[in-house]
Amino acid sequence: MTNAREIAVDYLARVEGEGSLRATVVDGALQDVEFSIFEPPRFFEAFLRGRRIEEAPDITARICGICPVAYQMSAVHAMEDALGIAVDGALRDLRRLLYCGEWIESHALHIYLLHAPDFLGYESAVHMAVDHRGLVEQGLRLKKAGNRIVHVLGGREIHPINVRVGGFYRLPTREELSALQPELEWALEAAVATVDQVASFDYPDVERDFEFVALVHPEEYPFNEGRIVSSAGLDIDVSAFNGHFVEEHVARSNALHSRLRDRGPYHVGPLARYALNHERLRQTAAAAAAAAGLGPECRNPFRSIVVRAVEVIQAVEEALEIIARYEPPGEASVPYERREGEGHAATEAPRGLLYHRYRMDDGGRITDAQIVPPTAQNQRTIEDDLRVVLAGNLDLADLELQWLLEQTIRNYDPCISCATHFLRLDLDRGAST
Amino acid sequence: MLTLAVHKFASCDGCQLTLLDAEDELLEIADAIHIANFPEASREVIDGPYDLSLVEGSITTEADVDRLRTIRAQSHRLVAIGACATAGGIQALRNWADIGVFTGLVYAHPEYISTRELSEPIADHVDVDFELRGCPIAKGQLLEVVGAMIAGRRPRVAQTPVCGECKARGATCVMVASGTPCLGPVTHAGCGALCPAFGRGCYGCFGPAESPNMDSLISVWRELGVADADVVDAVRSFNAWAPQFRVAGDSVRERGETP
Repeated sequence: MTNAREIAVDYLARVEGEGSLRATVVDGALQDVEFSIFEPPRFFEAFLRGRRIEEAPDITARICGICPVAYQMSAVHAMEDALGIAVDGALRDLRRLLYCGEWIESHALHIYLLHAPDFLGYESAVHMAVDHRGLVEQGLRLKKAGNRIVHVLGGREIHPINVRVGGFYRLPTREELSALQPELEWALEAAVATVDQVASFDYPDVERDFEFVALVHPEEYPFNEGRIVSSAGLDIDVSAFNGHFVEEHVARSNALHSRLRDRGPYHVGPLARYALNHERLRQTAAAAAAAAGLGPECRNPFRSIVVRAVEVIQAVEEALEIIARYEPPGEASVPYERREGEGHAATEAPRGLLYHRYRMDDGGRITDAQIVPPTAQNQRTIEDDLRVVLAGNLDLADLELQWLLEQTIRNYDPCISCATHFLRLDLDRGAST
Repeated sequence: MLTLAVHKFASCDGCQLTLLDAEDELLEIADAIHIANFPEASREVIDGPYDLSLVEGSITTEADVDRLRTIRAQSHRLVAIGACATAGGIQALRNWADIGVFTGLVYAHPEYISTRELSEPIADHVDVDFELRGCPIAKGQLLEVVGAMIAGRRPRVAQTPVCGECKARGATCVMVASGTPCLGPVTHAGCGALCPAFGRGCYGCFGPAESPNMDSLISVWRELGVADADVVDAVRSFNAWAPQFRVAGDSVRERGETP
């Protein structure tokens, strides 16, 4: 006889974009999980061909409204690599400051508006605000503090207009940056409180043997520079990315799945950054991580929210330090001469490693572009997590199981607009006949 | 209480994020309006009809054409938000290309990909009550439109060019003062003349203003020494498929003429 149960979710909510999930259980045993992606393709890598290199930061920003700075940073660094120029000193600081703003904004959005409701049992932050208005208000204010940095330095929060190949169009004044200070001092306290709050949530007991991949920089928690390092011993220059990582096109998915050549899926994002860089966290962030019991690494994907909260502290601390030492440099950008070449860059988007590669001709036009976003890299790892969580929780009722599976995906703060679209869950529990 | 739904098509999510970026207003909005269907923010989905639907993104697949028609049928008022929804977005650059070639460039298995030839605005497929411009939309304008739709009045959104905002904020004209090519004279206001205030030319992310004088602008750009290829690129970006920009780009590219 057939004992079919089906769970269907039209959208996976509280992620950026849309995708689908299908799980098949036969006679109580998990047969298969497919995490598919339906983002209508937008063909960025195709239409970038023939465009001027100066347009790349503005065009690629439009891949993602939540992390446009990440796209701008990977784009300009790849172009500068090809052009053979270095952007350092105060201009380098300002780029880090801009990235701090985006990390704070994006992480606060995910922690408070998208992920915390999973742990506290609400459909959304708006529902959560009925019982926890102060908590939601704190999250919104923290998010705004990050957005404020992007607004002042970038011109606006979404698709900032001030980033250019070589630096910026306009330098902020000391006064403009100092004005951010009082709110960032509040944000530092709020971020510390956030770590306490999220560390007290109940976490499913899951331990995964991820291969973590992140940038590693000798002195700093990584944003724009570093080698690509993994917890299994990979240690390469960014330009060697394609020699070690493979993108595959899988049926039913409009995103390309990534894997490590010869090894398979890997994990990018806050857990990976933390595992490979926690010694370089700033004082307050390191203390909060220790107080939250994170240890040298965390392999429970459900606890990524704690690491994200630690990274908010890190970003606020770093922003305060950059603002305190800021002296406007002589020029807003470094000049360059167009030339033929190829450039690579990887930076740490809030969701993990974001790799760009461009080729350009001597007329300053792009001849080839490759963009590998973090969510595409995590897609196979997310599927593996789903298998583990499903297999361990088949006794749950459909609605609870559905919630837990959605939460498993939200652990990654997936940006399905970067990689994907439309999450749909069809859980087929049909017994074999 | 009035019901609000937010729908997404091909886009970057930035315009609907603008609602969540209204940090000071979000909870007040939620007190005043029932957010019935907003998947980016809530897993609760209440079935339509909706008093107001905000629609982000462009139409690029057959399935999306059907979904959009259903949304229109369920929505008392429908507002298209952002350059993708009002002009096809940056992804409308495919409209000048062979989509088969594009698919082959990005994907190893083009046969897995289902897409239409064109990326089109919402209004090409259903009636739209209002179009809010911008890549991304401006938060203040979004709040004005939502407020106006609730009150049942026409939104107060100026369709004048960026130049007006530039003068209002006291910014120096980058085209006159430093010879920087700027699309401000033909671009719809809404950003507050951001780019000129940051010393760069407007790049047209709010699309064409009402009755833009493209001919005159292109003549000025040519006097500044801008090559025709760069003129075409400038109008073929985030609002490339907006009629006035489309015609201007095609005229220059195909006939070396201004429109």
